[in-house]
Amino acid sequence: MAGVKRNRLKTSSLHASKIVDNIHFAFLALPAAALLFVFAYIPMSGIVIAFKHFRVTEGVFGSPWVGFKNFEFFFKSADAWRTIRNTLGMNFLLIVSSLICNIAFALLCYYLRSRRAIKTYQTITIIPSFLSWVVVGYLVYALLKPSGGIINQIITFFGGTPVKWYSEPYKWPALLVIINLWRGVGYGSLFYFASLMGIEHDYFEVAALEGANRWHELRYIILPHLLPLIIIMQILAIGNIFRADFGLFFNVTRDAGPLYPTTDVIDTYIYRALMKLGDIGMSSAAGLFQSVVGFVLILATNLIVKRIDADYALF
Amino acid sequence: MMVKKKRPQILLNGIGIVYSLLCIIPFVIVVSASLSRPIDLSQAGYKLIPSPLSLNAYETVFRNPAVIGRSYAVTIFVTVVTVFFGLLFMSMAAYTLSRRNCAFRGALSFYFFFTMLFSGGIVPSYIWITQYLKLQDTYRVMIIPSLINVFYVFMIRTFFQQLPSDIFESAKIDGASEAVIFFRIALPLSKPVLATVAFFTAMGKWNDWTTGLYYLNDARLYPLQYLLYSIQRNIQALLAAMDFTTSGMGAIPIEDVPGENLLMAMAVIATGPMLVVFPLFQKHFVSGLTVGAIKG
Repeated sequence: MAGVKRNRLKTSSLHASKIVDNIHFAFLALPAAALLFVFAYIPMSGIVIAFKHFRVTEGVFGSPWVGFKNFEFFFKSADAWRTIRNTLGMNFLLIVSSLICNIAFALLCYYLRSRRAIKTYQTITIIPSFLSWVVVGYLVYALLKPSGGIINQIITFFGGTPVKWYSEPYKWPALLVIINLWRGVGYGSLFYFASLMGIEHDYFEVAALEGANRWHELRYIILPHLLPLIIIMQILAIGNIFRADFGLFFNVTRDAGPLYPTTDVIDTYIYRALMKLGDIGMSSAAGLFQSVVGFVLILATNLIVKRIDADYALF
Repeated sequence: MMVKKKRPQILLNGIGIVYSLLCIIPFVIVVSASLSRPIDLSQAGYKLIPSPLSLNAYETVFRNPAVIGRSYAVTIFVTVVTVFFGLLFMSMAAYTLSRRNCAFRGALSFYFFFTMLFSGGIVPSYIWITQYLKLQDTYRVMIIPSLINVFYVFMIRTFFQQLPSDIFESAKIDGASEAVIFFRIALPLSKPVLATVAFFTAMGKWNDWTTGLYYLNDARLYPLQYLLYSIQRNIQALLAAMDFTTSGMGAIPIEDVPGENLLMAMAVIATGPMLVVFPLFQKHFVSGLTVGAIKG
């Protein structure tokens, strides 16, 4: 009798303590969850603006519906094709160039024998990634300023004609790739370097015994070792291929109109439509298009990776 | 992997040195420009070494330090508050997400994770923040929307999950509540990941200029990066804020009116200290920030 009673007491107190635990959990998660609700989920519901003729006086839910009119306007404009092409094309160039250079620099550090040299190069080359795009814009301006910039001084020194950098759009895809590499490789290569440091040395010794050369090492030991990291990085990059780095495209180019043919991307377009033209219909349509395509891309790339090898999938 | 010959090492070092120099030279040019006379910049152009040397730009800034001083104060305030509350709220949520005995763990994980997959975009946020919350031109708009970074939440959660579970179990047996376990045990054991997140949050906030672009009109609230952005677009406004006049009483000779040298000096003053401070934290960069950390 007494035993049964004690047991019941114990389970009910266990039950009570479970409730207390969960109250604590809820309390701990509440601030972050509430902030996400206010700054992520409520704006998500605001995507209806893309289907409305938004009027400030009537608010998000009072404004009249217009169906797909905003999308029609956006896709029929010359800007749509240009911004989508630039976003995809430039992001493709940025992704591929970063991948190659990050791995190349990581390998360079890996093959260096002097620890002091590795540390020095890594410490120096990471500095640019601490800079905001605003400061990078200052540095680039000092180099590219049409009259008096360093690059044009070098060009004239060798007898060439100076280039009006901020009005020649077709020079910018290459420039943006270089600037992006300049800022990102020092930091980006650290991930690959850390992964390389995890390779067991035995592999190389066995390979050397079997007569493997440097190329074999790279092909059969190093690349397979890096592959999971490469795949995960690329899923993230492809999932975000519809999202351009706003600071790079907007500020480093000084938002120069003549450069738009190659530098106007979806994000800069949305900014301009919203803040400069006040065209909420067009900018919200472009923004929703970007969000939906980005969402689909992330799910799709993840699914493909899951099919190939579930271990490499993100979720 | 050991290289026997000397020549490849020289080649590798050569590339490393050239690349390192390319990373530094733009800074040297900017510092040099900030130490030049405005007239030399517009006539002879930018140089690696200023000649003649001139402190014109720095004298201008420090004769009227209110503009940059105020901006520094705003940036430090916003960064410190964001890092403190961001770290607190993110790690609290991460703890809940890490505990298997939490009844709503799965649903809550999805609630957090989904915001990484889909967002409403800038336009709805802009309308919500300006029309409904009325946060433009406040300190709050620089702090509150950027407190939670879900990527970091999952990073901290993964770290909590990797702590030895015996510690938590024995604390429970001793009668500690979940909140006590979080504050007394989980947090103190998680300094490495908290340092990493704090560093990246601080850097992100310090370098944030787009918040100003969308939500700030009041020049007294400009953080450093947005101040730099806006003066590059409009140097006249900066000169006006610094009480410069080119006509009337107290006018200064036209060749002494600061120009791009002043811009470059502002960039140096705004960036220099951080370039000294940030590399000190370098050892924390990669640890814990592997992308796989959010998996699961």
